[in-house]
Amino acid sequence: MSFSTALAHHFLPETILVLGVLALILIGAWRGTRAFGLVNELAVGLIGLAILALFFGQTSEASLFEGAFVDDAFARFVKALTLIGSLVTILMSRDYLQRARLGNFEFPVLVLLSTVGMLLLVSADNLIALYLGLELMSLALYVVAAFDRDDARASEAGLKYFVLGALSSGMLLYGASLLYGFAGTISFDGIAKAITGAPPLGVIFGLVFVLAGLAFKMSAAPFHMWTPDVYEGAPTPVTAFFASAPKMAAVAITARIVFTAFPGIVGQWQQIVIFLAIASMLLGAFAAIGQSNIKRLMAYSSIGHMGFALVGLAAGSEAGVRGVAIYLAIYLVMTLGAFAAILQMRVEGRPVEKIADLSGLSRNNGLAAFFLAMLMFSLAGVPPLAGFFAKYYVLLAAVEAGLFPLAIVGVLASAISAFYYLRVVKVIYFDDPAPAFDQSPLSLRAVLAVSTLFLLGFWLYPAPVVEAATAAAKSLF
Amino acid sequence: MFGFGILTGLTFLPLVGAAFILTLKGESEATLRNAKWAALLTTIVVFLLSLVVWGRFDTASAAFQLVEQKDWFGSGLTYKMGVDGFSIPFVLLTTFLTPFAILASWESVKFRLKEYLVAFLVLETLMIGVFCALDLVLFYLFFEGGLIPMFLIIGIWGGKRRVYASFKFFLYTLVGSLLMLIAILAIYGKTGTTDIVILLETQFPPSMQTWLWLAFFASFAVKMPMWPVHTWLPDAHVEAPTAGSVILAAILLKMGGYGFIRFSLPMFPDASAYFAPLIYALSVIAVIYTSLVALVQEDIKKLIAYSSVAHMGFVTMGLFTLTPQGVQGAMFLMISHGFVSGALFLCVGVIYDRMHTREIAAYGGLVNRMPLYAVTFMIFTMANVGLPGTSGFVGEFLTLAGAFVANSWVALFATTGVVLSAAYALYLYRRVVFGPLDKPSLQSISDLNARELVIFVPLIALTIYYGVRPGPILEASAASVANLLQSHTALANAAKVVAQAVQ
Repeated sequence: MSFSTALAHHFLPETILVLGVLALILIGAWRGTRAFGLVNELAVGLIGLAILALFFGQTSEASLFEGAFVDDAFARFVKALTLIGSLVTILMSRDYLQRARLGNFEFPVLVLLSTVGMLLLVSADNLIALYLGLELMSLALYVVAAFDRDDARASEAGLKYFVLGALSSGMLLYGASLLYGFAGTISFDGIAKAITGAPPLGVIFGLVFVLAGLAFKMSAAPFHMWTPDVYEGAPTPVTAFFASAPKMAAVAITARIVFTAFPGIVGQWQQIVIFLAIASMLLGAFAAIGQSNIKRLMAYSSIGHMGFALVGLAAGSEAGVRGVAIYLAIYLVMTLGAFAAILQMRVEGRPVEKIADLSGLSRNNGLAAFFLAMLMFSLAGVPPLAGFFAKYYVLLAAVEAGLFPLAIVGVLASAISAFYYLRVVKVIYFDDPAPAFDQSPLSLRAVLAVSTLFLLGFWLYPAPVVEAATAAAKSLF
Repeated sequence: MFGFGILTGLTFLPLVGAAFILTLKGESEATLRNAKWAALLTTIVVFLLSLVVWGRFDTASAAFQLVEQKDWFGSGLTYKMGVDGFSIPFVLLTTFLTPFAILASWESVKFRLKEYLVAFLVLETLMIGVFCALDLVLFYLFFEGGLIPMFLIIGIWGGKRRVYASFKFFLYTLVGSLLMLIAILAIYGKTGTTDIVILLETQFPPSMQTWLWLAFFASFAVKMPMWPVHTWLPDAHVEAPTAGSVILAAILLKMGGYGFIRFSLPMFPDASAYFAPLIYALSVIAVIYTSLVALVQEDIKKLIAYSSVAHMGFVTMGLFTLTPQGVQGAMFLMISHGFVSGALFLCVGVIYDRMHTREIAAYGGLVNRMPLYAVTFMIFTMANVGLPGTSGFVGEFLTLAGAFVANSWVALFATTGVVLSAAYALYLYRRVVFGPLDKPSLQSISDLNARELVIFVPLIALTIYYGVRPGPILEASAASVANLLQSHTALANAAKVVAQAVQ
């Protein structure tokens, strides 16, 4: 396949975004500080275009650029989720950033760049491509974390994320070099072919380091330390972004690398993934109980949810990957909806982020209260909301693989975490009203409503998501 | 309609009423009245529709009837509804009692009435769904989904310690149910289907049965509730608003018993036989211990809550005797307890609405000012005790008869519970209704009004009617019970043949 056909067909979303980003930078440089609104809208348009390209583009599987990247159903599924996450983030961020006097055109540009990195990461088919995508994603994320540069907490968040992120990249690179050293190739397929029989110790070490680096990006325990601080310190739209799109990409590449590069040593990486899953679920369940800041709560909640997604991966089967894909899709909707609600928490012009600020929301704004409560029930995994089906599919895979202890830890963690989700519902519904929130922009209300209705109605018509996830899982095997 | 059958219509009809109430704007007097009438009419229509279902139901057959099936999640999960002799009495019980729950809230709910009614209608959908679902995951969906509206009902409209009670209710039930979820997944992993009709004919290996039985037991024992996981119930009952207590006692508790009879007994027969002594022990402890606890309660609702736990002890005991009397008695007792405990909570609601306290000590001598109430309360107290001539007697007698066949010691100990129940119920009645009316706050208390009479008269009629003529309820489940026991006997015989062959 020629270079240009690859770009124009299998890499169309990436091509659109890269060209678009360059144009947006030019517009920004030309119009200066007044460019924010325009660039923001254009960025939304670009991502929309990329999503269309994804939906109506290639459906065949192809290896691109000398085997550096691959375009398959799995990549397309996760890319769609990533793009939706970025799109909604940019949509939700505008009002917040303008009020906080952070309305600089660099924000949408950086989010777009990071998104390009995620798309590359999801498609990566060798170690160099993996690192390329990962760093493009992360470097842009470091900057947006500290986007509110005059705010001490945001700067701290950015710096902390950068230092720890650099460390994890180092670990990943070290692991990659070990793998290259022992397998003699950087391509995932090649590594899989090189490992026959009992793997050499170096390969195991390489695997551990690579997984550790990736676990950091998806904030799975014990590599989660940065998450609560960064979530709390970063401006809320940035937190929403952190909680959504990058997680999709990080989990997806983890799934891809373990299944394409290490299919012969499932037993080896399964142990690691099981450990990460159990640690994340338990940490997410217990550490969130004491939180009073809703962004920190969401940080621990996301750690727990990543643990659940890893339960599917730990099953090491096609059903497991299907579970992971469904989990990611539903988690994305829940997270975006929750942050749409958190972004609406604004009293007399200033954003507030204590859980107690939600007190009695049901009296002040019944509809938003209902939506947020349903989101919380969904996050807790109570049927008939979609969050239940997310857990259902990963647990099903784990049980089918005979991992009963893992499944039991999972449901217990889920019951414990139900406690703090219920606490939010309790604050919303049972407590006396706190000062009412300001009227919030239409975009936030729309995101909250759409995501909650998706979660409420998922069981009526689950076929599209489940079928797409099934096809995605099939393409990895 | 739309290719769905009557059971789907029955299940989701309350949601139509809920949607209508949501469209009502404002908090004016007229709007609230419309909302109440809309809710009441919806539940009455649902009841009438359930009578149509009952009319189409053939009690002579043990098979699932009115079955409807649709593709749902593609891979194994189907949307399948149907009723048999075990589920149809519960469906009717649910649809029959929900209008009373709405009526009981007519004046006592002072704020957020529309949300309250919506929560009840959603809850009705989920309750009917539990009894009609013929797919394990669909069943789980309804079973667990009921937690959300009940959590909100207790937490928003409950008493002083409502937050504690609602959390306890939710988390207890959730932990039990999640273990059942794992068992459901394991069943799916083993058989590749969650279709209950197919699973009822599947034989699971005995070692697997044990684990599956325990996981289902975790869920149903909490829901039932059995000693020692019953402690959420008194709290939930005490704090819930009257109608919430009624639904909780009359229907939600029955989901545990229904679960045992639908899943544990027929699907895991070996494990059920193996664990029967455990169930007997827990049941007898529940009967005796909670009856004793009920004796010393100072809160009327708590006393009735403990009495519910004791009665559920009779139910579990009867079910696991695996005798026709025991199982039929348990079915009957559950339905009868639905009327009686529901009515008792309504009785408490009547005086609570007037005095705003549930302390037994705050009452006394009510018979002087409230003769109608005294009669009503007496009838239900007697039914609770199990006086012959009331529906309470039939169920208790049959379960005890079954227990006597299975294990006479169990029957002996359980029968003491009958005596104890007479003690606490009559003691309560004496303290509340008899004695001098010397408390100044009670001097002006008024007797039952027309709305309350409308609630109680049908319940009294049914309690006595089924006490004298228990046939209709027993016949409804007779074929299914016979079928269940027959397959059990067949299995036991098969096991004997195998054992002999080995020798």
